[in-house]
Amino acid sequence: MSQQFTPNNPLPQEAKVPQEIAVFSPEVEAEIDGHLAKYPVRRSAILPLMFIVQRERGGYLDPPGVAYLADRLGVRITDIWEVATFYSMINTEPVGKYHLQICKTLSCKIMGEPRVTERVCSRLGIRPGETTPDGQFSVSLVECLGSCGTAPMMQVGFDYYENLTDEKVDEILDKCQSGELSNGVR
Amino acid sequence: MFIGAIGCEPLQLRRVLLENSASLDVYRANGGYEALRQVLNGMSPDDVIGEVKKSALRGRGGAGFPTGMKWGFVPKDSPKPKYVVCNADESEPGTFKDRYLMERDPHMLIEGMLIAAYALGARVNYIYTRGEYRYLIEIMDRALEEARAGGFLGEKILGTDFNCEIYTHTGAGAYICGEETALLNSLEGLRGHPRMKPPFPAVAGLYGCPTVVNNVETLTAVPDIIRMGGEAWQKLGTEKSGGTKLWSVSGHVNRPGVYELPMGYDDMEKFIHEDCRGMLGGRKLKAVIPGGSSVYIMPAKDIEGKDVRMDYEGLVAAGSMVGSGGFIVMDETVDVFESTKNLTEFYKHESCGWCTPCREGTDWLVKVFKRIEKGEGRPDDAQLLLDIVDNIEGKSFCPLGDAASWPIQSAIKKFPEDFRRKVTNGGGHVKDGLPTA
Repeated sequence: MSQQFTPNNPLPQEAKVPQEIAVFSPEVEAEIDGHLAKYPVRRSAILPLMFIVQRERGGYLDPPGVAYLADRLGVRITDIWEVATFYSMINTEPVGKYHLQICKTLSCKIMGEPRVTERVCSRLGIRPGETTPDGQFSVSLVECLGSCGTAPMMQVGFDYYENLTDEKVDEILDKCQSGELSNGVR
Repeated sequence: MFIGAIGCEPLQLRRVLLENSASLDVYRANGGYEALRQVLNGMSPDDVIGEVKKSALRGRGGAGFPTGMKWGFVPKDSPKPKYVVCNADESEPGTFKDRYLMERDPHMLIEGMLIAAYALGARVNYIYTRGEYRYLIEIMDRALEEARAGGFLGEKILGTDFNCEIYTHTGAGAYICGEETALLNSLEGLRGHPRMKPPFPAVAGLYGCPTVVNNVETLTAVPDIIRMGGEAWQKLGTEKSGGTKLWSVSGHVNRPGVYELPMGYDDMEKFIHEDCRGMLGGRKLKAVIPGGSSVYIMPAKDIEGKDVRMDYEGLVAAGSMVGSGGFIVMDETVDVFESTKNLTEFYKHESCGWCTPCREGTDWLVKVFKRIEKGEGRPDDAQLLLDIVDNIEGKSFCPLGDAASWPIQSAIKKFPEDFRRKVTNGGGHVKDGLPTA
């Protein structure tokens, strides 16, 4: 093998059994119960549960959240990490309150994504993959979001913003900064 | 954005523009759940499978496998529970038809799944939806609630002893989970790596039980096939490609959107220049990727004046495939080297990492593309790309490797000038179809 191997990124958290297990409200527990009831095998609920835990623990799977998942699903900590590191929407590190995910795949690229990315990044002062120092915004370039007919576009949390123009991008950023716009997490 | 039918009466798209089209009331007022009633009133599971076979319906996710045949593989006498899993992981670049089907007509998917579940003896079924489509899961959950309350889902459906339940399930951002066996692994709560076939999911799928995985558009075709009869549905298209197909049009056309066309629509040039209202800014057509990023790219000269029929056979004859129907139109401002690099990066990001040819190969492809883009191209780089691709295509564990290979092979073959310019920094020439020094 040449020297140009792709290094495996180290885990952003210590691979120790966490001391604390996250605790959630009765409403959240009921939501989790609802998902578990859909499957004959508990482990199938791992992705729906990861989204809930991520939402409740500040936007990512922190050690108490990972411990909770392992406990609830009856699997090991390593099983949780195994799945969490595979999926792009599961965060193993904190992200900003507003996670702006700009689609970069072909149809969006030829319909103006570079201009959108440049505008967003220059206004926020960060590059794709980074978070603003105040923790308010993260910007990611993501792959096709199934919105090619209304390109270019981006996703804020789970919300779609399509047919973007300079004005629309400015409006979205203004409304995020003023707190008027939902961060799209639910 | 346009949503409508061209060249035929809207079938899959006939309710999408109605107000409250997603609601049970509107669905029932427009023929909804009549096919289910017809099935439960006197068709046997074999009757249902027979109609689907007659319809010549082929999988609409991209592989185009005959649906009736797939259903026929499920062993009827197996004591294990059966499952119908709807593949709503729509992630093929250029494809967005399933999104609008689920957004505007969720009950059509529910009815299709119920009929499939009846035919296959399935009692619990899942709609695996990509994580980014969270708002669609919410719409689908509401529709499932309406169906339950209306007696179309759950216990004793329509007063018969047919019990059936459907649940939504979220993915979390992995294109590979659109591959049916990787989807099943993901649904079981594992990493989304594909599985070896055989055994096929119809024999050993979800939790090792007989499972049929079908695309959204495949399942939404089922109510109409029952209502019209398989033969009549097939006649809407051609002999080997029955019915209608949804094409997701994007890129440099004046009217992008979701177009329902009869299979065998005549022809692709008319479709682009008339139905999609022609090219943006009146610029010239350069290339089309007609079936989602994984299919061979087509240069304008293979479309204009060539009478390309838009069905499985017609597109193969013209040098490409129907795939998922993700129709990306590119004009003369697009550099095919860049567009191919863009797609190669997509496959590298989405490679699951399980098998060496794809994991290492897609990484090397991106490295070579980036080196060329920096201006450090070497005279035999085009051959190098083809050599790397040769180590992936047909040698990977699942079709993602092939999907990563085909855009590069076809782009170098059909657009050698775009590669020549880049790899030789403006010099060189094209010899034997390859850019070289």
